[in-house]
Amino acid sequence: MSQGNGVRRPRTIIEKVWDQHVVAERAGAPTLLYIDLHLVHEVTSPQAFSGLRERGLKVRRPDLTIGTTDHSIPTHDRSLPILDKVAEAQITQFEKNCRDFGIPFYGPHSNNQGIVHIIGPEQGLTQPGMTVVCGDSHTATHGAFGALAFGIGTSQVEHVLATQCLLQTPSQSYEVRVDGTLKPGVGAKDIILNLISRIGIGGGTGCVFEYTGSAIRALSMEERMTICNMSIEGGARAGLVSPDDTTYQYLAGRHYAPAGPAWERALNFWRQLPSDDGAQFDERIEIDASALEPMITFGTNPGMGIPITSSVPDPSSISDPLERESLGKALRYMDLPAGKPLLGHPVNVVFIGSCTNSRISDLRAAAAIFKGRKVSPKVRVMVVPGSQTVKAQAQAEGLDRIFKEAGADWREAGCSMCIAMNGDQLQPGEYSVSTSNRNFEGRQGKGGRTFLASPLTAAASAVTGVVTDARTLL
Amino acid sequence: MERSNKFTSRLAPLPIDNIDTDQIIPARFLKTISKAGLGDQLFYDWRYDASGKPNPDFILNKPEGRAAHILLAGDNFGCGSSREHAPWALTQYGFRAVISSSFADIFRGNALKNSLLPIVIPLDKLEALFVAVTADPAATVTVDLEQQVLTLPDGSITNFPIDAFAKHCILEGVDELGYILQQQDAISAYEARRPITVNTLA
Repeated sequence: MSQGNGVRRPRTIIEKVWDQHVVAERAGAPTLLYIDLHLVHEVTSPQAFSGLRERGLKVRRPDLTIGTTDHSIPTHDRSLPILDKVAEAQITQFEKNCRDFGIPFYGPHSNNQGIVHIIGPEQGLTQPGMTVVCGDSHTATHGAFGALAFGIGTSQVEHVLATQCLLQTPSQSYEVRVDGTLKPGVGAKDIILNLISRIGIGGGTGCVFEYTGSAIRALSMEERMTICNMSIEGGARAGLVSPDDTTYQYLAGRHYAPAGPAWERALNFWRQLPSDDGAQFDERIEIDASALEPMITFGTNPGMGIPITSSVPDPSSISDPLERESLGKALRYMDLPAGKPLLGHPVNVVFIGSCTNSRISDLRAAAAIFKGRKVSPKVRVMVVPGSQTVKAQAQAEGLDRIFKEAGADWREAGCSMCIAMNGDQLQPGEYSVSTSNRNFEGRQGKGGRTFLASPLTAAASAVTGVVTDARTLL
Repeated sequence: MERSNKFTSRLAPLPIDNIDTDQIIPARFLKTISKAGLGDQLFYDWRYDASGKPNPDFILNKPEGRAAHILLAGDNFGCGSSREHAPWALTQYGFRAVISSSFADIFRGNALKNSLLPIVIPLDKLEALFVAVTADPAATVTVDLEQQVLTLPDGSITNFPIDAFAKHCILEGVDELGYILQQQDAISAYEARRPITVNTLA
């Protein structure tokens, strides 16, 4: 990596984290990469644990592994039984797997239970410079800390459980530079939906995004997590932000964050991580934050997004036949007319939650809209905190009362209607405004139709009963 | 897993871009703790109507689709989640390869670990294949993994890229976890020099 005169070639943070985790390189094989933190949940791990048992293997590093129950778990009162016996069996098996293999885990009744990508950061487990994996594509969330974090399949979950390593080939680097100042009512969700609408859902395939620029620097950690979370929706397995004082201030004092002299050592290490001046990226895109409007999706993938004040595109205006057919198919599924605005479109359900937007700042933003207002009698509103910790914080601030007084349903923590495998789901034909990350056909329930948007847009639409620009209520 | 060296098959065409993993295997089927039965749930919401009856227009419900071991799909196949249930469902159904102009990263890796070949060909050749299979549903292609060559219905050939190590594992029956386990000394040496980060047991 060094040049002849002893001057190191400028490197991106992606290269630095990679280089620090190389265990072995053999000819004809991918790099053996060490994994610092492995997050496991009930849905993508059972077959991996079965594999370990069949081979008689142990978990190599339970101390670098943590489990939580989030995908299948109901979000109703936790003292009630789980009605779905298949889901209950999966959760029971998960707890047994964690106990049998010595992995600490947050079960349904833990005060720390929550969505895997919420709890890692809030417990201080996710730290700059780490490699973080999970059998979940939204693992990129942890990239907000300057970690190289990516989703893996169940075979790889088994590999990491058994060896704490993965065979990996390096990705291309892709700089997403966001400069300028966001207008009021425009936020992190709008930045990432705008990026994906520009590059398409395959635009980042083979790449890791690094989000740079003054608008990214101005964001809080929670906002950076929202952006990194949806990197996969742009096709990139990982997306990260070089750490800075905002990162360190967030981490200081958290349960698993270093303390005392270890904190100073960590800080010295972390400060070496940001991409060097002059580091080269394979791809680049620039976004002017000051030009952004609140974004909303109209179609059946996260790339089908528009500024909320715009109209749904018309397939007849598209020349490429496959692309025209994709858009036409999406509009047929969504039962939306081409060329018309989404503003004013009736909504049946509003979902505020998911690993994209269920942190305390998301709930505060929604509560600011709900305060002193009532949700439309035509709309079912679910507010699902990302973790029990977020829930407790929201209740300490009185946000739960605001939601309940407005007529929203205040739930227990979990993935809930983002993936709709726990009973929280749309009915066929229903429209939701959702703060989650995917609007694929049937994602929130068979036949359901999803408009992805920010917590502000979701809350505003809950109040009016139609798709609404929250800036009219601020 | 059977070695996917060289085989000839009809094609099941799905001329749709961005087929995501929620379509390949809807999330409600992920509550299983085994791999069994996923083939029956492949493309469930496209394959069956609301009452659970087969949708006669869907390719896998047509005789020509049922006879195919190769899925022909639009660009960016397998986007979305990391669920390995997607390649499990495809292979259990009987697919040995998917041909497209590109694949999502996580799906591609998961597919290779299950000897399901993600075969990338240029867009113009993909479009020509869709035309060919529409004209003649009995048209076949031959996949030669060792040579990385696809023989098209008109007899022409096209090369396809594939990860060299994954190819080696599939052809030689190498178990990837076993391969990593052989390197335990290197892993231990790395751990000895690695700065301490977190301890989830603390």
